[in-house]
Amino acid sequence: MNAAQGFGGAAVRRRLGRSRWHFQHGPIDCIVGVDGAEEVVAVALEQAWARFEGVLAELVGELPLLRADFSAARTPSVGAHGAVARRMLAACRPYAQAGTFITAMAAVAGSVADELVAFFVRPGIVRAYVNNGGDIALHLGTGQTFDVGVVADPALALAGAPPAGRFAIDAGSAVRGIATSGWRGRSFSLGIADSVTVLARSASVADAAATIVANAVDADDTGIVRAPASSIRDDSDLGERLVVRAVPALARSVVDRALARGAAEARTQIDAGRIIGAVLSLQGRWRVVGTVVGEPRLDVADGSSASSPSRVRAERILAVC
Amino acid sequence: MSDSFAPRSDGQPVVLEHSRAPENMAADKVRCEACPVLCQISRGKLGACDRYGNVDGVLTRLDTLHLVARPGIDLVPWQAARDGAWDGSLVAASGRDAPVFVSGIGSGTTYPDYKPAPFIVASQHTGVDLVTVVTEGIFSYCSFKVKIDTDRYLGPEQATVRHRGEAVGHVSTIEYGSQFLALGGVHHLTGGSKKEGRIACEMMMALGNKQSVELEIEGGARVVVAADKPPIVDGVEEQRMRVGCGSATIGIFAQQWAGHVDEVVVVDDHITGVLSEHQAGKFLDMAPSGIRVRGRKSTPGRYFQVANPGSGWGGTDITDPLAIVESWESEHGARPGLRLLMVSTTGEDSAWFVLDDDLVPRPAEMPRAVRRVVERIGENCEPSLCSVLYVAGAGGSLRAGVTENPVALTRSIKSLLVNVTCGGAPVYVWPGGGITVMVDVAKMPANSFGSVPTPAIVSPIEFTMQRDDYRALGGHMDRVRRLDDVVAAGGWRVIEAEPGVPWPLRTSTGGGR
Repeated sequence: MNAAQGFGGAAVRRRLGRSRWHFQHGPIDCIVGVDGAEEVVAVALEQAWARFEGVLAELVGELPLLRADFSAARTPSVGAHGAVARRMLAACRPYAQAGTFITAMAAVAGSVADELVAFFVRPGIVRAYVNNGGDIALHLGTGQTFDVGVVADPALALAGAPPAGRFAIDAGSAVRGIATSGWRGRSFSLGIADSVTVLARSASVADAAATIVANAVDADDTGIVRAPASSIRDDSDLGERLVVRAVPALARSVVDRALARGAAEARTQIDAGRIIGAVLSLQGRWRVVGTVVGEPRLDVADGSSASSPSRVRAERILAVC
Repeated sequence: MSDSFAPRSDGQPVVLEHSRAPENMAADKVRCEACPVLCQISRGKLGACDRYGNVDGVLTRLDTLHLVARPGIDLVPWQAARDGAWDGSLVAASGRDAPVFVSGIGSGTTYPDYKPAPFIVASQHTGVDLVTVVTEGIFSYCSFKVKIDTDRYLGPEQATVRHRGEAVGHVSTIEYGSQFLALGGVHHLTGGSKKEGRIACEMMMALGNKQSVELEIEGGARVVVAADKPPIVDGVEEQRMRVGCGSATIGIFAQQWAGHVDEVVVVDDHITGVLSEHQAGKFLDMAPSGIRVRGRKSTPGRYFQVANPGSGWGGTDITDPLAIVESWESEHGARPGLRLLMVSTTGEDSAWFVLDDDLVPRPAEMPRAVRRVVERIGENCEPSLCSVLYVAGAGGSLRAGVTENPVALTRSIKSLLVNVTCGGAPVYVWPGGGITVMVDVAKMPANSFGSVPTPAIVSPIEFTMQRDDYRALGGHMDRVRRLDDVVAAGGWRVIEAEPGVPWPLRTSTGGGR
C-alpha cells in the first residue's frame, strides 16, 4: 500500500471489535482490549487515547537521550522529563548500572503499554490489556484471568492449529507485564533466540529484561549472519553493534548451550527480583525459568524437551515443547 | 525482515509530496514526515515504522500484505512474526476453513498488467476449493459519490466543489433528506492543471481512507465530510436528518396535534406544510386559520420557496419563523386566541404563538402535549451521516493479470461466478459493459487507498471464484499459491474485517452453484 497515513502524521485509531481498539502512530502499534461497564470503558478509552496522541512527540523530544548507550552514561541516574521516558530509564537502569550495554529504547514498547493500561485501572473495568507489538501490559480485577497463548509458528496458528503453549495469568499472581524479544522481531537482537518471553510486574520491566535475556541466548557459529545495526537502519540506537540477521540450523548441542546461557541470565534476573519467569525458544527447543503457571494441556508437535521440569516452580506446570 | 525489503510493486512507487530534504541532510537520504519521528532514511533503508522506505531516492510506502481475519479470530499483528516466535496475541480457537483472506491492500500491482496478479491464492471455504486473485489496481477512472444527510443548503446543483482552492468535483442531485456530491474522477485527476490533479488525488485518498476532507462549494457552503461521520456545514456539525419534508411531517403528525393546536406550519426549504390547509388537516375537520404564507403555493397546504435556502429553520435562511407569514385574514378564519405551532422538519427549531386581539402572534409557553409531538419529530430523525462510495472501473488491462482472455472475466463477474471485493468488502457491480464497481469505503479496512504520482488512485481489488471456474476462464493456474505458503512466506499483517462485512471467501453464488 501507500502513503495513506495522511500528511499531518497524526495518530489514528479504529475499533477492531466489541471490546478491542487499535491505536497507531508512526512506529507505535497498540491493540487495546477492555472488558467492563460500557460508560466506564468509554471514558477510560478517551483518556487513554488523549494520552496516546501525545506520546510519540514526547518521546521524539528526548530521543537523543533515550537512544544513548545508558551503560556508558557517566551517571545512569540521568533523568528524563516525560513520564514514559522516565519509565524506560527506570526499567533499564539496573542493567546500565551493572555495566551491561543497553539503551532506554529497550523498554520503549513496554513503557508505552504501561502508560496506557494505567487509564483502565478503575472501578467498573474488569480487565484490560495493551499489546504494543508483542509487549503487553495487563490490568486484572479481582478474580480475573488472562489466557495467553504461545504461538510457535504463526502459519500453523492461522491454519487452525492450537497454540504451542498456553498459560494463564490470574489476578493473584504479580504478573502485569509480558514482553517478547528475539532476532525475528521488529527490533534488532544481539542474540539468536527465536523468542524470549518474560513475565514481570510491569511491561516496561519485562521489555528490558526480554531484550537482555534474548541477547544472552547466543553461540559462536560461523553460519550465523550478523551485521552492524547501522548498516540496516539509520539512527539505530545499537550503532555499529552486530545484530543477528539469519541463523542456520544449529547442532542440538549448540542450541542447548545457547539456551543455557540465556537461562542463566534469566535466573540472575529472577534472583534479583526483577522478573518472575521466562520462556526461551530456539529452533524448536524450549527452556522455562522461574514461575510460569500454565495449563498442562499443551499440544506439542515433536515432544522434544531441552529443559528440566524441576526448574519450573509452579503447581501447574507449563509443559515444555 | 528489514533487510529484504523491496517495493512489492513493479509499478510506480508512491511518493509523499511533502517529503523534502532539510538543508543539512545527506543528498542520498529522504526525510519522512509521516509521523513526528521525521526519519531521515538512506537509500535502500526503512524508517522506524517499517512502513516507509527510501527506494532509489524516493520516499515510498512499503506496506506488507494485509490478511483480513475472519471475525472471532483473535490474532494481533506483530510485524515480522515468523516461525518460532510468539506472536504476542491472545489466541482464540479457529476452525478448519481458511481463517484469513488475503486482501489486495499492500499486495502491490504488476503493471503492465499482462503479468499475472501479485497473489493468486488457493484456499478453502465450506469445503469448496477457491481461488482469489489479489491485486492493487491503479485507477485514473475512479471517483467518489458522497451522500450528505442534510437539508441545509450546500450550493446550487452543478456548482464546482473545491478542495484547497482546486476544483475537485461538483454538486449532484438532492435526494430525500440528502445532498449528493460527485468528487474526483479522471477529469480532475488528469484533465486540468497539474496542481488540480495533485490536490484531487490527495482529497480522494483522504476520503477513501475515512479521513475528514474540507470542501468549498462555489456559491454555497463549506462542508467537512468523512465516511460514516456527521457532516459539518459552515462550522456546525449536523445532528439529525429531517423526518420528512414539511408536508410529510404534517402528514405523519397531524392526528397527534389535533385538538391541541389551531394551526401548524412546518418550515422547510423544499415544501413548507400548513396543517389547516393540508389534506391531513381537512381530513381532521380543522377550521381555516386565515394564515397567509409567503412563497409559491403548490397543492393545498404545501408551499415552495417560502424563503431563501440557508442554515436556519428547516434548511431556509430564516431565524425568525414569523418572517414567512405574510398576514392573518379574519375573513378567512383568523381569530384572537388562535394557537399556532411553528416547527422545523427536524424538530430542532420550534415556537408557540397565540394571536392577540389585533391578530398579532405573541410568543407563549408551549403546552406539554404539543412539546411532546415536537420531541417526537426529533426522535424520528435519524443521525446525519456522510456516506462515501468509491466507484472504479476495473474493466481495463488489470483483467489481464487475472486471465489471458479478459472478456471471460467480465462475463464471469456478470454471471455471478466471480465474487468481487475491495479490501474484502462487498462491492456492487454496475450492470452494462465493463467491470465498474462501487463500494462503501466504511466497510473497507483502514488506509486501503494510496496513490501514484500520475496522479491516480491505488486501491485493492480481489476476485474470488471456484478453482474449476478459474481454470475455465483461462486463469494463470501455474501462479496459484496455497494460502499457507503465502502466510509462511511472511511479510503480512493481520487486520480484522469491519463489523457487519460478509466473509469475502465465497463465490457470488455462495459456493452452492
